[in-house]
Amino acid sequence: MAGCLHCGQETPADKAIGDGFCCTGCEAAYNLINGLGLGRYYERRSVDPDAAPLKPDEDAAVIDYSAHVHHTKDGLSALYLMVEGIHCAACVWLIETVLGRTPGVSKARVNMTTRRLTLEWDPQLADANALAASIAQLGYRLVPFDPRMLGVETQKEEKELLRAMAVAGFAAGNVMLLSVSIWAGYTQGMLSVTRDMMHWLSALIVLPAVAYAGVPFFRSAMSALRNRRVNMDVPISLAVILASAMSLFETINHGQHAYFDSAVTLLFFLLIGRYLDRRARGRARSAAEHMLALNAGSATVIDAAGEKHMVPPNQVPMGATVFVATGERITVDGRVFEGTSETDTSLITGETIPQPVSVGSPVFAGTVNLSAPLKIEVTAADEGTLLAEIVRMMEAAEQGRAKYVALADRVARYYAPVVHGLALITFIGWVVFSDLGWQASLLNAIAVLIITCPCALALAVPVVQVIASGRLMRQGILIKTGTALERLAESDWIVFDKTGTLTEGRPELINPDEIGPDILAKAAGLAAASKHPLAKALVRAAPNVAPVAGVQEHPGQGLSLRTDAGETRLGRRDWCGTPTVETDGPEMWFAEPGKDPVQIKFEDRLRVDAPDVLAALKAQGYGVELLSGDREAVVVKAAEGLGIVSFQAQCTPADKRQRLEALANEGRKVVMVGDGLNDAPALAAAHASLSPSSAIDVSQTAADVVFQGQKLSPVLEALAVSKRADRLVKQNFALAFLYNSITIPLAVAGMITPLVAAIAMSSSSIVVIGNSLRLARRRIKSE
Amino acid sequence: MDSLIYLIAAALFLGLLGLIAFLWALKSGQFEDLDGAASRILFDDDEMTSSKPDEKSPED
Repeated sequence: MAGCLHCGQETPADKAIGDGFCCTGCEAAYNLINGLGLGRYYERRSVDPDAAPLKPDEDAAVIDYSAHVHHTKDGLSALYLMVEGIHCAACVWLIETVLGRTPGVSKARVNMTTRRLTLEWDPQLADANALAASIAQLGYRLVPFDPRMLGVETQKEEKELLRAMAVAGFAAGNVMLLSVSIWAGYTQGMLSVTRDMMHWLSALIVLPAVAYAGVPFFRSAMSALRNRRVNMDVPISLAVILASAMSLFETINHGQHAYFDSAVTLLFFLLIGRYLDRRARGRARSAAEHMLALNAGSATVIDAAGEKHMVPPNQVPMGATVFVATGERITVDGRVFEGTSETDTSLITGETIPQPVSVGSPVFAGTVNLSAPLKIEVTAADEGTLLAEIVRMMEAAEQGRAKYVALADRVARYYAPVVHGLALITFIGWVVFSDLGWQASLLNAIAVLIITCPCALALAVPVVQVIASGRLMRQGILIKTGTALERLAESDWIVFDKTGTLTEGRPELINPDEIGPDILAKAAGLAAASKHPLAKALVRAAPNVAPVAGVQEHPGQGLSLRTDAGETRLGRRDWCGTPTVETDGPEMWFAEPGKDPVQIKFEDRLRVDAPDVLAALKAQGYGVELLSGDREAVVVKAAEGLGIVSFQAQCTPADKRQRLEALANEGRKVVMVGDGLNDAPALAAAHASLSPSSAIDVSQTAADVVFQGQKLSPVLEALAVSKRADRLVKQNFALAFLYNSITIPLAVAGMITPLVAAIAMSSSSIVVIGNSLRLARRRIKSE
Repeated sequence: MDSLIYLIAAALFLGLLGLIAFLWALKSGQFEDLDGAASRILFDDDEMTSSKPDEKSPED
């Protein structure tokens, strides 16, 4: 069967739509593109089989883009949108060309790296919603954002580092030119006048460069000292400043040795490390932000005049009336006062069976309204909601983790006093035991500080982290916090949530053989009319069935279709005429006139590789545990299927957090893997935490690592990479100490010249970087 | 030896020119979208109706 001409997905054989398309949305998109004469898009694009298909989404929530329009100085309107679904350059070209040909549009530019679209147009000629709709029609999903709110700090810092790096690099290159001539002069008898001139020129370049490019380090060192701590930036700053000051002193006194090149090269190397580190983390964070924005909801408030407004959930007043469409996530706590429906509470409680709600039922933020529109009276806003309660619990738990000190800073804590003590001893030793004056003794002491330069030491961690997080990012695993890898490497106990983590978090049909293809096809024909998750699952199981016309939806009950023989029903057990009994999983019944109702069973299936991943984890010696909010029977079944011995069902968020605290008190380093709102406090309380990208936004915020895709293997990969990174970091520290153990005695003995310092420092940095690069090259064996 | 005076000055001047060019490029948003820039070269000119990169990107 050929793929759909637009999105490339399988096309159904017997649908009443145009040839070669999977749905009417794709057909419309294809015609739009060809109508504009942009058919070459299809020849140019390269479809990534792993990416979400470019299928226009008819179920998407309606966003009022005109509320997000900015006004520029030239009287133009501007809109900033995040675009989901861009996977190659042809997409960029298509979006820009389609918008560029719309009258009134003066600027349409897609940033392919950040997936953001900047749009400017003349408000008299075009309309925000129409422009956005033309892109949505092509199958891209759009989310407006405010450029002033988004990652401005990180970007500013990144640019500052890049500028500092450029200045340091320029200075390092030019000073090295002068220094090489000075070194050559040692052997060729350079006149002292020439040497002094070279030194002065170096000073002219280096001093301003250090004053400018060193600022990021000086600032961090100052703030650490102010808090009475020592971090790696303190010895760095001291070494750079002292090396420059001493070299200036030597230059003024016509001295033979100046360390300008050492000072500025040190700075240049460290800035490279720091810039890469920030960029890798900034990228992961902006990717996570992107996903958050796509999930973030808004509430539709109905005012006294009956008009609907989209309002951010935290601005909804108490007592307001909120309208929740079918399939929409409820964003406030409240009480139903109109409508009967079912809600999916799996993100809050882990429960997989939809809960019926009717007038008077309480509903909570984070649940999804399934079968019919509801009107809700808001009973708790902002601080009072269950959501806020959970967030508070999460923040309390997070404070514990904030105390974790990164390995590099722990090393710095011991390293700085030792080095500074050594320099002091050198100074005193030379003054007391030799006839050198205090000035020459001081020079030797400063040489110790420069040669123990934390260059290799300061590169040991960031280079490994950059490579590790880059490697994980290519596999869709985003590291959000700097110390996440270190904490993952220390862990020995892994706690899983069930719904949405070990399972896929959506129901799938499990008994197609019992039902038979004929009945399945008929039932799916009815189900195609509904957005209920069970109905959608049924359609997924029979994708080639055309929807039947004339189907009626009965909220909270099911679907019906009038036929000549009577009414055909698809829905709840009692509605289809079967007595109600306790069920052990989500189900639907299909009743045809004159025939026995047929049971259609569903199950929230385990992720395909979950058994393998858990077996591998156990083989590696990790303790594995399951904490779920779902009912006992379901949890037992999942635990048995995966061979998990230790599990607990019907956990509240507080239960989960307590269990993690109990494990921590036993001395376990626990990794929590979870996606639901009920997991958020546990995610924050754990030593390290992972969350799938399908998770609710609060959980993604709480987690250290967010992973994409349908599989659970990223958990295994993240743990393996973290272990390997940990080993490389320790090797790097060992190399740095080895290097120091050779050069420090030389420095104490006063035998270091600028040439020796330059060679020693560069070579040690290169060795450390080379060692770290092994992480990128080698495949990690599952150890 | 006199040549040194000119040569060092010339070398520094050229280096400084490079630094200024880089800082200008950074400021004008040339490094905002490295992935996109790599692909844009493949678009045909006559089809590009959108504007050139701005002097100042709005995301600054």
